[in-house]
Amino acid sequence: MTPENTAVVDLLAAQQEQILREWLAEVATTGRSAGGAAGAKAEAEALLNALHDDLRAGAEASKTDAPAWARTHAVLEALSAARAAQGASAGETSHFVLALKKPMFTGLQQRLASHPALLWSAVMAVSTLVDGLAQWTASTYQRSREEVIARQQEELLELSTPVVKLWDGVLAVPMIGTLDSNRTQIVMESLLQRIVETGSELAIIDITGVPTVDTLVAQHLLKTVTAIRLMGADCIISGIRPQIAQTIVHLGVDLEGVTTKATLADALALAFKRSGLVVARAKTA
Amino acid sequence: MDRIPILRMGEYLLVTIQVDMHDQLALTLQDDLTAAVQRVGAKGVLIDISALEMVDSFIGRMIANLSRMSRILDARTVVVGMRPAVAITLVELGLSLAGVDTALDVERGMRRLRASVEESGASIVDLDD
Repeated sequence: MTPENTAVVDLLAAQQEQILREWLAEVATTGRSAGGAAGAKAEAEALLNALHDDLRAGAEASKTDAPAWARTHAVLEALSAARAAQGASAGETSHFVLALKKPMFTGLQQRLASHPALLWSAVMAVSTLVDGLAQWTASTYQRSREEVIARQQEELLELSTPVVKLWDGVLAVPMIGTLDSNRTQIVMESLLQRIVETGSELAIIDITGVPTVDTLVAQHLLKTVTAIRLMGADCIISGIRPQIAQTIVHLGVDLEGVTTKATLADALALAFKRSGLVVARAKTA
Repeated sequence: MDRIPILRMGEYLLVTIQVDMHDQLALTLQDDLTAAVQRVGAKGVLIDISALEMVDSFIGRMIANLSRMSRILDARTVVVGMRPAVAITLVELGLSLAGVDTALDVERGMRRLRASVEESGASIVDLDD
């Protein structure tokens, strides 16, 4: 262990209470601290303990990515995950770690006033260390935020593509939002799967909720229709708004061979007609 | 060598593909089926591919070709029970199998076959000689 590391370890061992107090005061005065004071205190205490243990075990201040910092990393990971969940910004999260600098410097200054050379190198070591840890925290924080976003995207994808049974042998998919390859793939798969499960002979794809149709979207739709036909079922596309009908014609997309209807009700009426069902009013009022 | 059995049900032929196709098997089936249609004078062919899990462009084209060849020999063809994954693969390969009749299962396929044979006005003859 280098002399400056020894100095830092001694400082952490001897004056943890004082550093903790000053640190929290620093966070409170300069930061927009998220979370309760009790939570911050527990986090700070855990971090100081982990720092002390890792430094004692010989972790190097200049290599904060090294596995020797495992304990500190675990604490920081929990901290940034908690902050991400609370909705704190990346700045607030790294500020929390950076605020440790000042009390550490003060502590070192008090202990090593008579050894200027050692004081200087210890201050440098602490500065590098805290910077590295803050950076590590920020990137971990960002990673956990990205995980949240990815999970939400996935959930949205599944939520937005329900396959509903309209009638015996008639399935419908109300499409909502912009169609891209990813979503069309999921719609296609879940629709085909449901066709097999239910033995439905007719599927209605309703695109009322699709804002725009370009050539790519049209191509995706045609692929779905072809796949449904290959399986031996039939497909109707409904909910085509006037604007979209114009776009399709202007783009020169060939929807020949695909049954299209203006509304879902029209499509259902056609489905009834094909299966020989008649809807009648029970009694005239 | 492996062969795919071709069953005869009256004036219809039933082909059930139970194994994953390889190219030679497909070519043999093509020979066997066309010969059988000709020999029996079949009016309809039902190809059940519900056990087929993997297709490539060759097998996809082969299925389309079987249907067209039977059509030339005056037999209607219905392909039944295609799995979703197979359908998606064929579409992604750009094979839409235009002109091939499809149905969800064997029962619906038979119904469809009868309907299209009747529609084409083929006379039902006694094949049990």
